[in-house]
Amino acid sequence: MLLKGKYMTYLNLENLSISFKNDKVISNLNAKIDKGEFFVVFGPSGSGKTVLLRLLSGIMLLDDGKIEMGSEVINELQPEERDISMAFQNFALYPHMKAYDNIASPLRAKKNLIPDDEIDLKVREVASLLKIEHVLNQFPKELSNGQKQRTSLARSLISKPSVVLLDDPLRNVDAKIRFEMRLELPKVLKEFNTTVVYVTQDFREAMALGDRIAVLYEGKFNDIDSPKNIYQNPSSLTTAKLFGDPTINNFDANIKKQNEFVVINVNGEQFKLKRKTNIQDGDCIVGIRPEDIILSNEPSENSIEVEFRTKTPLNLRIVFLVRLKNGLELLCSATEEESQLIDEDKKMYISFLEEKSHFFDLETKRNLE
Amino acid sequence: MKINIWSLLKILAYIAIIMFFLFPIAWIFNMSFMTNDEILRKVPVLFYEPTLNNYIGLWKGEIASEGFATMYVFFKQNLINSAILSVGSVSVTLLLGVPAAYAFARYKFKGGEDIAFTLLSFRFAPALLIILPLNLYFSKIGLYDSYFALIWVYQLITLPLLLWIVRGYFEDISPDIEYAYRLDGHSWFQSFWRISIPLAKPGIAAASLLCFIYAWNNFVFALILGSSQIQPVTVGALAFITASAIPYGLIACGIVVSVLPTLVLALFIQKYLVQGLSLGAIKG
Repeated sequence: MLLKGKYMTYLNLENLSISFKNDKVISNLNAKIDKGEFFVVFGPSGSGKTVLLRLLSGIMLLDDGKIEMGSEVINELQPEERDISMAFQNFALYPHMKAYDNIASPLRAKKNLIPDDEIDLKVREVASLLKIEHVLNQFPKELSNGQKQRTSLARSLISKPSVVLLDDPLRNVDAKIRFEMRLELPKVLKEFNTTVVYVTQDFREAMALGDRIAVLYEGKFNDIDSPKNIYQNPSSLTTAKLFGDPTINNFDANIKKQNEFVVINVNGEQFKLKRKTNIQDGDCIVGIRPEDIILSNEPSENSIEVEFRTKTPLNLRIVFLVRLKNGLELLCSATEEESQLIDEDKKMYISFLEEKSHFFDLETKRNLE
Repeated sequence: MKINIWSLLKILAYIAIIMFFLFPIAWIFNMSFMTNDEILRKVPVLFYEPTLNNYIGLWKGEIASEGFATMYVFFKQNLINSAILSVGSVSVTLLLGVPAAYAFARYKFKGGEDIAFTLLSFRFAPALLIILPLNLYFSKIGLYDSYFALIWVYQLITLPLLLWIVRGYFEDISPDIEYAYRLDGHSWFQSFWRISIPLAKPGIAAASLLCFIYAWNNFVFALILGSSQIQPVTVGALAFITASAIPYGLIACGIVVSVLPTLVLALFIQKYLVQGLSLGAIKG
């Protein structure tokens, strides 16, 4: 774990479970979140991300398990009693209150009354941090989506809660604002020095923002690790498939170790990788990311001849679809400069970056290394 | 200048429609300022000397007209009764109906839909079907001729009416808005009071108005279940018709006075009926 030792565990989730009717949405979910950490929960839609946030915030109650915050068990506390705030995916602003009153709401709720001038000071401070001072006097329906989203963020931050839950806050804003906020958000959140649980279904957002990423899949955390490890060293094929665009190539193959080489046998074709591994000989699933396949017109020592199928540009890279002689199709990607050097009418060869291939168990899909 | 025949026809159609609906009202309004003789003239007059005698008589409760015995009416008391019954009914309905509507909208509980439908089904039964047994029961338990009894019976109609209208408004409010308010540190009741109720206000206002109109206009329950002590204007107006005379001017005057409160209320509530307040705060 990336931050272990640097901070202490603050939010401890133990065996969280909840089901609706007979559908187990979250089952035996565990995680330890550190104080001040930016913890990203990533998962495909329908994986239970929003439900998880609702459990943490107290909007929904657990069937089973324990949520510990600091040294206090908060399972049974009402939402208003937990020192947790949340920015909703749909903003959930109060339509009958101006932006100013929306933001001031958490301060006005405090039992020991905060004087109005102090509230005013704080609202303006957080509004200037989020660049929405000029819309404080407007009603939610008069705000653009970006402004609504900033208002909702301001509201969740103003009372400096111990934990801030952000439910896919960038989902409903346009691409330009999303990008701006992706840059700005970590800076803003740092000012508040709070523990953040951030939910998203965009793997790039997860990788850009998170100190650690937890991959939620079928009600459990499949992986909890740093963005770099999740991407480069996925613990399972499921995780590997969720991160990366285009997705990782994967195919069934037979592995045999020969001296310093690993030989991957797939329907009569052989890839020979010079690479150390501790896995056993036998059948498994091989995964390799498109950018880890080298494409060339020149054969090299361990390369394999392929047939060109098609190509398309994607995120500043060119993605090639190629076919092996045995019919297996693979995606490879190259930078624009690299791809200009490749002549599609000539013979093409591929080889794997040796350290970048992954081997997964056929049954459990776990990483075998 | 060329006159567009279609716009001309449209204007004529508008006039016809307005005449159709407003003529009786205008006529009654006119009548209330006329003497009985003027009203009963064979060729109606358009111009006459308006008199306030009808209004004065109504206020005093004594109507003396030439050649007839002096008539006594309790119109003022009827008006007060109407006000007590209507305001009372709407208050009780709001007090019971709004929380109930919220519960039906937000919480799924066993038999919830059945209860809601049962409440609605009260509206299916014709009043005449239940009025005689009710009369017997009320006499037995000493509720006959009490404001409470009438207000109670009106709930059969007004409660389901408000419940079903307001429920829909509560259902339209995203629960996330309420959750957000609670996460700000407010209690459940505060979120109900400061978020849910203000956002459902147009619905509550509309339903209250309909309930008020129902209670104000109700005739048959008040006729059977109470004496003149508690009877509203709708029933009280019957007293105008006596064996000796039918004072049309007085009746018209009574109608004008009894329509006024509803009219004023409707105008007042109109501003709450604006829709679309909740638009724009939720995306998704």
